[in-house]
Order: sequence, then structure tokens, then C-alpha cells
Amino acid sequence: MTNGGVGIMKLRRLLPFSGLLLLVLWSVAVRSSRSSLLPGPWAVGRGLVELASRGLLFRYLVASLFRVTWGYFGAVALAIPVGVALGWYGRVDRMLSPLFQLLRPISPLAWIPLAILWFGVGDTPAIFIIFLGSFFPMVLTTAAAVRNISTVHINVARNFGLSPADVLRKLILPAILPKLIVGLRLSLGIAWLVVVAAEMIAVNSGLGFLIIDARNAGNRYDLVIAGMVMIGSTGLLLDIGMRRLERLRRLRWGYAQTAKGGS
Amino acid sequence: MSAAQKAAEAGSPVRSKLTVREVSKTFRADGKEVRVLEKVSLDIHEGEFICLLGPSGCGKSTLLNIMGGFLKPTSGEVRVDGEVVTKADPRRIFVFQERGVFPWLTVANNIAFGLGKLPYAEREERVAHYVDLVGLKGFEQSYPDELSGGMKQRVEVARALAVNPDVLYLDEPFGALDSITRLTLRAEILRIWAAEKKTIVFVTHDIEESIQLADRVVVMSARPAEIRRIVPIDIPHPRDLGSPRYSALREVIFDELGLAHKI
Repeated sequence: MTNGGVGIMKLRRLLPFSGLLLLVLWSVAVRSSRSSLLPGPWAVGRGLVELASRGLLFRYLVASLFRVTWGYFGAVALAIPVGVALGWYGRVDRMLSPLFQLLRPISPLAWIPLAILWFGVGDTPAIFIIFLGSFFPMVLTTAAAVRNISTVHINVARNFGLSPADVLRKLILPAILPKLIVGLRLSLGIAWLVVVAAEMIAVNSGLGFLIIDARNAGNRYDLVIAGMVMIGSTGLLLDIGMRRLERLRRLRWGYAQTAKGGS
Repeated sequence: MSAAQKAAEAGSPVRSKLTVREVSKTFRADGKEVRVLEKVSLDIHEGEFICLLGPSGCGKSTLLNIMGGFLKPTSGEVRVDGEVVTKADPRRIFVFQERGVFPWLTVANNIAFGLGKLPYAEREERVAHYVDLVGLKGFEQSYPDELSGGMKQRVEVARALAVNPDVLYLDEPFGALDSITRLTLRAEILRIWAAEKKTIVFVTHDIEESIQLADRVVVMSARPAEIRRIVPIDIPHPRDLGSPRYSALREVIFDELGLAHKI
């Protein structure tokens, strides 16, 4: 039994209940606060319908996903080879690791001013911020996974006389794949967190922009929360999609191990 | 009695397959030097079954790793067919304890690991042959985490044999298995050795095991390991473990290791 498998099954069964509970608590809280600004679930539902009928909901969702796709896949495409080189070659590791350790603790959002300076406003600075947000964790996860490959397996590959290309294809990639997918999941989560923040500053479309715009244009808190609902549910769907990968049969060994306590 | 042994006794010159010449090995740890091997010299004939026997941690595995090309000797050299060993080579396969099986590959794909260059049909044929030879029919599509320790060990042996090497190095291959499985696999390795005519170097700390298997038992001292004595086992296969000759040889080895006969 894998962690991912159990997690998804539990989530499926419990999601309706916790969703219902959230809605009830929310309505009760709004009623008892007697605030005119805070919308209840019903108002937010109407807000979502309004956004959908104006065509904004779909357009903003696509705009956000577009930026995430470019930033995230760009980061992954670069981070995996860099991480493999870092993990496999001690010399590359000693050369570059201090640099990564130094850059890693800087929040991707701290780069926003520089991103605007370099790329102006528009999609590019937002994509750049997302790229940074997913790149560093992905490099470090990949490098750690490569360093973790068992010496015995490396010796087996040496013994059978694999070419460097085959070492990569038949040893390194399959050995790191389970951890790589955990890293892909985590950094997709980060990318999705970052896109919202980036859109609040540098662009005029997307779910992050929707939130800021709704507040600035007449305190439409129903639309603010509608935006939050969209962000939450899209993030959840992306994560569920990634978790499905963990259930593939040839990856199961990598997760079963942690379930058994790393035997 | 093997052909090589008969020839040796008849006094005719036997071509030695593998020569260890004055091999010493020193490890450096925490600024301290540890001498593990002290001028070990050994000749192994083609088709011979050699057991390296010694107390745990004496350096017999280190010697085997040097023979396999995974470690460099501090001084001295190992030659196979007259060629100095500098790195691991697919003509000489090292069988690790079952830890060497790749958990992301099925039994069939593990066994095919070293056969990348062969055309598909031939590869399938070889895999089928060795699956059969080690008694894993019906488990071709199983993953290692579904197999017992003994079955994983068979996968390793089959994977090694599939590339048709001249020499097999086995590093306490049955050490982690229960005693019944161990006995079964000993019988199987002898059957395979008789069928495939490989030169086998087998490391063990089990005196019984060495007498059951080997043409010659190389008794090694505690660290730094030297060869104390080479004991030829002149009992024909299948060996009768109750025979007086067996007990006599056991006494000789017990004496050589400095152990009391009765506890």
C-alpha cells in the first residue's frame, strides 16, 4: 500500500464532509458577525457565476495556468539536469552548492522588483518569479535523490559496463524517479503559490489579479473570495493529478519503503 | 574433483585464470591508517571454485572487491588472463547480497539488465533460459518487493550468468538467508557451476559452506589479512557431509583458524 494511494482514497471520501463543514461554519460566522463586507457562501457562489458569465473566470484561470506552465516546466527542464550533475559529480557539487544554498532562502517574491526592472510588466516577470520559486527546490531534491542512489546499484552498473548515456537512462533516472515526483509535486505547489503573488503586482490578468482588482474596484469581497476558491480548488486538482503518478507500479518501491519505515 | 585440480595433481602446467600478486590494501580513516590486506598472493585456475574463508571483517570482501576492479590495491596487482585489472568488467560479474537487484525492474528486466546490446529475440531467449535455470518460472513479471530474499538472490545470480561471464565473484551471497534456503541455494550454485563451467570466487565466513562448495578453501587470518593456508577439498561431488574425510578437513580448517573443536 502506498502513501499516495491511501491519501487520495481518504481525500475522496472525506472531501464532501469537510467541504460541507467549511460551508456551514462560514455561513454561521458571517451571520453572527453582522458585517456587511464579508460575503457568505451564497454570495460567493453568485460572484463565481457573475465572473463566469462575463467570461473572466475562464480567461483568468487560463492566464494563471499559462504562466505556471511556462515557469514551472522551464524550471523543471533546467533543474533536473543541474540536480543530476550536482548529485553525481562531487566537483560540480562543491563548486555550485554554496551558490544554491545562498540563493535558496531568498523568497521568490523578493525578486519581484528586479524581475520588473529586467523584464518590464507583463507575463515575463511573472513567469520568471514562478521559475525561481520552483527551480531551487527542484534542483536540491534532484541532487539529494542522486546522492542517495545505493553504492551497490552503482557498482552493478559499472560491472555491466554501461555507457554514460545508459548509466543515466537505466540507473540514475529510474532510481531517482520516486523522489523526483515528490519534488515535482512540492514545486508545483510552490509555483501555484507564487503565481498568485506575482499576479498581484506585475500583470493585469489571472486569479491573483482578480483578487487585488476586486478589492480595489469597490471592495467586492464576494469576488475576492471567489478568486480564493478558484485558487484553492485548482491547486488541489493539480496536486491530485501529480499524486496519481505515485501509484504507478514501477515507482511503488520508492514509497513502500517509507511506509515500512525505510527497511 | 575438477579438471583443473586433476591437471594440477598430474603435475601438468595449468593456465591460471586469475593471479593475485602481493596485493596489500590500506584504508585511511580519521587520519589513522588501517592495514586490511598484507601481501596476498593467489593463483586461481580456469573453472575452479575457490572459497575465501575468514573471520568477519578480516578483509576477504576487500580482496574480492579488488579482484572485481571496484577497489584499487595500495600495492600489488591482480591479473585476469594476463591482463591487469583496473576497473570492473562485464566478463567478470560480481554478485552482491540480494541488495544488488534493481527494485524498479521486474525479474525479467533485472535479468536482461546486462543484455542491452543483444537483439530482442535473443535477449528474450536468454532471459527465459536463466529464469528457468534459477527456478523463477512464473515470476518473470514480478517486482523484487514481492519476492523473498532467496528469490532475489536467484535473480542476481541469473542476471550475472545471463551475460555469460568467465568469472563470478560472490560476496557472502547467502549470508542473509535462512539456513534451509541457504542449503538449497548451495546445491543450486553447484549445479549451475557444473552446467556453466565458470570460475567462481566465493567469499564466506561459514566453514561448512566452504567445504561443501570449494575445490580449494583459502583460509585467511584476522586483519591485516594474510593467507594462512590453502586447503584442497578432495571429496567428489555430490559431497557426503557425514564422511570421515569431511570431518577431517573441517578439523584442519578449525585448527588453522585457531578455534576449539568442542564448545
